[in-house]
Amino acid sequence: ASSSLLLRRFLTQEARSKIQSAVAGSPVVLFMKGNPDAPQCGFSRAAVQVLDLHGVPPEKLKTYDVLADSELRSGIKEFSEWPTIPQIYVNGEFVGGCDILLGMHQSGELEELLEQHDIIPKVAPSEEPSSA
Amino acid sequence: MAIDLQVLDQTIRSSFPVSHLEIEDQSSGCGENYAIVLVSEAFEGKTTLARHRWINEVLKNEISQMHAFSQKTFTPKQYAAYLAKGS
Repeated sequence: ASSSLLLRRFLTQEARSKIQSAVAGSPVVLFMKGNPDAPQCGFSRAAVQVLDLHGVPPEKLKTYDVLADSELRSGIKEFSEWPTIPQIYVNGEFVGGCDILLGMHQSGELEELLEQHDIIPKVAPSEEPSSA
Repeated sequence: MAIDLQVLDQTIRSSFPVSHLEIEDQSSGCGENYAIVLVSEAFEGKTTLARHRWINEVLKNEISQMHAFSQKTFTPKQYAAYLAKGS
C-alpha cells in the first residue's frame, strides 16, 4: 500500500503524455470539479460561467472532472505545477486558475486571448450589447 | 487540519517585502478555504501568473493542507488604483 502511494506521487511518463494530449486536444481545456452542468465547487462553477459568458462554443471546450479520476486530480497538479483546481488551458498553454481567469475577464485580457486564438469571433465595439 | 494563520502570515512576510497583507478564512461549505491579498513591491514587472506561481511555491506546504486557496496580488501602485476604483 505505501509503495503504491510512492508510485502515484510522481507523474509517470505515460500519465504525463496522456495529460499532454488532453491539454492540446481542444482550444479550451478546463480541469474542474464536476462538469459544466453540475459543477461541484464554487471556483469551478465560476470558471465555467466566465467561459460561457464570453461565448466559448461547447465544441471548443473540453472539460475534465477531476473528482471522477483521482489519478488525474493529482497528475494535473504535478503536470501544471499548480496546486489547485480549476485549471484552464488555452491552445495547449496553461493560463491559470479561477482567480487569474476572473482577473483576465475583468481586465479584458480574456476576451482578447479568446479572440486572438479564434475561439470566439472578434466583435466590433458598436455591436457589443451594452449593460447598465 | 487547522492552518495556523500566524505561521501563514510569518511565512509570507519572511519571503516578500509586504506593503499590505490580508488573510481571510473563507468557509464556503467546502472545507478549509483561504483567500489572501498581498501587496508587494517585489511584484513589479511580474505577470499575474508569475506572481501566483511564486506564492504557490513559498506557501507550498500550507496550500497542500488547504482545501481551497485563492489569491489577489498587487504592486503598491496597483493596489492604490484598485482601492481608488472602490471595487
